[in-house]
Amino acid sequence: MKPLADAAPPLVACGLRKRYGGREVVAGVGIELRAGECFGLLGPNGAGKTTTLRLILGLTEPHAGSVSLCGLPVPARAREARARVGVVPQFDNLDPDFTVEQNLVVFGRYFGLPARDIRARTPALLAFAGLEGRAATPIGELSGGMKRRLTLARALVNDPELLILDEPTTGLDPQARHLIWERLKLLLAQGKTVLLTTHFMDEAERLCHRLAIMDRGRIIAEGSPRAVIAQRIEPQVVEVFGEWNGAGADGWAQAQAARYARRFEVSGETAFCYVTDPRPLLEHLDAQPGLRYLHRPANLEDVFLKLTGRELRD
Amino acid sequence: MATAHLRPPDLSLRALAVWRRNFDVWRKLAIPSLLGNLADPLIYMLGLGYGLGQLLPEVDGTSYLAFLATGTVCFSVMNSASFETLYSGFSRMHVQKTWEAIVNAPVSLDDVVLGELLWAAAKSLLSGMAILAVAWALGLTGSAMALWIIPVAALTGLAFAALGLAVTAVAPSFDFFLYYFTLFITPMALVSGVFFPAQQLPPMLQQLAGVLPLHHAVALARPLFFGQVPQAPLLHVAVLAAYATAGFLLALVLTRRRLMK
Repeated sequence: MKPLADAAPPLVACGLRKRYGGREVVAGVGIELRAGECFGLLGPNGAGKTTTLRLILGLTEPHAGSVSLCGLPVPARAREARARVGVVPQFDNLDPDFTVEQNLVVFGRYFGLPARDIRARTPALLAFAGLEGRAATPIGELSGGMKRRLTLARALVNDPELLILDEPTTGLDPQARHLIWERLKLLLAQGKTVLLTTHFMDEAERLCHRLAIMDRGRIIAEGSPRAVIAQRIEPQVVEVFGEWNGAGADGWAQAQAARYARRFEVSGETAFCYVTDPRPLLEHLDAQPGLRYLHRPANLEDVFLKLTGRELRD
Repeated sequence: MATAHLRPPDLSLRALAVWRRNFDVWRKLAIPSLLGNLADPLIYMLGLGYGLGQLLPEVDGTSYLAFLATGTVCFSVMNSASFETLYSGFSRMHVQKTWEAIVNAPVSLDDVVLGELLWAAAKSLLSGMAILAVAWALGLTGSAMALWIIPVAALTGLAFAALGLAVTAVAPSFDFFLYYFTLFITPMALVSGVFFPAQQLPPMLQQLAGVLPLHHAVALARPLFFGQVPQAPLLHVAVLAAYATAGFLLALVLTRRRLMK
């Protein structure tokens, strides 16, 4: 007989709140994951993504709200719940005193797994992470991408049901990012559930079945990437740049854009026009010799910038 | 919510996996580490013992070298436990983020602190025993009673490891530890009868020493070394146990406050 917990969703978080001093960093977040899906938590820096993950793992206590992780209440039974979860933290914290294989063995011991079991599985884990033949390499000799992949392999030592990744591809080059994406898809195909945070919109569009956009501690949009785009923004975007009557695209936008676009924004040298029917705008632009433009379908980044604004977050 | 971190310890046997992690790292460098642990106190003990010992025919009814040897066992345990929990512990907690990695597994932060406590105590016990073995080899003691110094050193190691972990939990940087050594460890060594009998000191300093853990460690170890039963042994054990327990509980609360924000 299977334990009851297996029937429960991998994660249910309700009304989570967390304050630091007077500031509410997580201000009423609710997330429910379905088994086997990839769920993305998107948001600018300081939106509360990492704190939300820490609350989910029972690494800090919420001021309000509840978490059920793998069917177990957190933080009350966080230890048991974490035994069934793999975590890839935002910053690499591999053990620099050990080799690649020793990192896996030592981490497995924290789960109560015998060293010989981990050693037996090491070749498969390293092959998965693209680190074949590196078992005896000291951590200091790995590149940033290799460290990230080893951290992913380390998160799999306990064969988790749910994988939680905090910005898994931040700081990686395109090759390394694509490899991580491919591996995550493989894990999803194996039936694992994935929860990740990111501020790369292409990553979220590519990987996530569903996502939530977070800002200032709250979830401000939620759904499949397509549904979020369809519901939250005009379907077409025309980016306008170049020269116009001795001014830049900015001058053109202030004078003309409102006639052709339902909504427009100027950022630096570029005017972003959001439209449902782009034809009148494109005809107009074709008649302006100094202006150039890029016409494309709206994407998640447009939604993200619309909802969270264009000002810098540090 | 300052009170959120005041709750009973959440401990399990997974603390041993943390202990084992530190042991595995130590094993790689065991020989230089042991030499380092042994050489420094040994050089002082033999240098002062023979050099100064020539000027002092007898201290408390024994040779100065033998007197100093018992103090050095305790001193070495204290230093070893303190260095491990302060410098190495801070490096694992703050620089390498090893503790943060561990708590993503089914290991509580309290387990991590317990594992660190037991590890530092074990390592310091080893360095104390190394000094004791040398003293034995030099024929400074032959009493079977001296074997009781082993549990005394273990308890002393636990007390200083616990205090060290509490200090580490509030340390902003490595520089902070200089205060602890300069203002606490070094003066304590001077008033606790490690290098000379505490009776040489003004009464006020003797009273001060009475509340410090090292004084109680020395008060147990020295008579045992010479085959005598210490005076008021339960009092000394109780003080060391109280430092170990209170220090550990304080370290738990302070570490939670730092890392479970």
